Amino acid sequence: MLELTGATYRYAGYARPVLHGVDLRLDDGEIVGLVGPNEAGKSTLCLVASGLAPASIGGDLKGTLTLDGTPAAGLKTHELAARVVVGFQNPNTQRSGIAATVFEEIALGPMNLGLAVEETVARTREAIARLHLESLIERDPQRLSGGQAQLVGIASLLAMRPRHVILDEPTAQLDPAGTRLVGEALRALAEAGTSLLIAEHKTDLLDEVCGRILVIDGGRIVMDGPTATVFDDPRLHDLGVEPPARARLARALADRGVEPAAVTAALAQGLGA
Amino acid sequence: MLPAAALAGVGGRLVRISLLLTLPIAISVVLVSVFTRAGTTVLFTIGPFDATAEGVDFAGQTLVRLFAISTSIGLFGLTTEPRSFILDLERRRLSPRFAFVALATLEAVPAMVERSSVIASAQRARGLDTEGSIRARLRGILPLVGPVILSSLTEVEERSLALEVRAFGRPGRRQLLWRLPDSGRQLLARALMLGGLLAAIALRLAGAFPRLP
Repeated sequence: MLELTGATYRYAGYARPVLHGVDLRLDDGEIVGLVGPNEAGKSTLCLVASGLAPASIGGDLKGTLTLDGTPAAGLKTHELAARVVVGFQNPNTQRSGIAATVFEEIALGPMNLGLAVEETVARTREAIARLHLESLIERDPQRLSGGQAQLVGIASLLAMRPRHVILDEPTAQLDPAGTRLVGEALRALAEAGTSLLIAEHKTDLLDEVCGRILVIDGGRIVMDGPTATVFDDPRLHDLGVEPPARARLARALADRGVEPAAVTAALAQGLGA
Repeated sequence: MLPAAALAGVGGRLVRISLLLTLPIAISVVLVSVFTRAGTTVLFTIGPFDATAEGVDFAGQTLVRLFAISTSIGLFGLTTEPRSFILDLERRRLSPRFAFVALATLEAVPAMVERSSVIASAQRARGLDTEGSIRARLRGILPLVGPVILSSLTEVEERSLALEVRAFGRPGRRQLLWRLPDSGRQLLARALMLGGLLAAIALRLAGAFPRLP
């Protein structure tokens, strides 16, 4: 379990905090979505929940982060890396720059952990298979498209087999097929007991994979609840978050006095016929 | 060097690159040595300067040495894939951090060129003139320097975070996935080169080679 309690975080050199008293709990096997308008503090929350802020980037954190019962405050960054990983939205900066092939790029994390070659290769192959990257393994990581690089970046994190995964807009550069692949991989990870926090603007993906949604605004968690409840909440639009297509359709039908259940039944009847 | 380069199939390229590399220094060496070196045998005179045979001899010896150095470096560069070389050094106990710095440096130049090109295209689309006379180009290019450097710095920070996430900061050695093939003949060649180097140093110290005048 990953637990952040009362987190107030201020970047080094800034007078005002970006996060204010944030509580976050990720249970094992749980996928939690994080949405909010631009500059709401999503990326900062990802950094704080991963322990990188303040361990690696400095700044001032009030509150505690615990990873499976261990306080993160005393852990070095490589010890954090064995427990929690975070993926950033720019795939170019995910690239190590020292791997000649995609296979080596994905294998870099397990190699750094000092695992035996057989274990490194097994984890790498597993991550490649999860995201269907077999056709890319011999390619130079510098010569990938944005979407391919993003998938390789995610695979590089999965190969670490962390207990907790935090992803900041993991599908920003992906087409619908790539987004589906990522969704399937995340679900498989959760089924294996990994907890996930996903900050995304694409609420359709979150609607499909998340059990719970957090809405952040101005550095504070303003909504926290089951996915359907949060995405059906009319206040979401005012917070600058576009609900998923399912919720928008349901609202449009409700506005016209049509019960969504009736449409579902009619569709099912039509498909059956 | 030249027979080795010919064997590796890079003889022509090596000569071209070495000549290009040494040319600027060679010109200054020839001018300074031939016309300013004191000597008794004057070959010809240009204005106040005498070209001496001793100066020509000194210039010739210096040029040969320069060419030997540049062909050594050139042959190494033409026959060695930098990434493989550094990763093999890491396998031989080079620090992973040093290996990263070396490889990241190698990658930095093409990455910066690519980023500059993207930023220049974006600025041109907004009307910045980066073509024409040298003065016009300078005027157009100077505003690009800031964004290129700043974006590179930002990228370096994000990349270092991404590496931290992948346990790059873990102390101790990391497992490398492969090793370069290293045949018995290569080992023998390296041993012979090392032996030759030590013998050359010993002979040099013993005064077996002529010194530059």
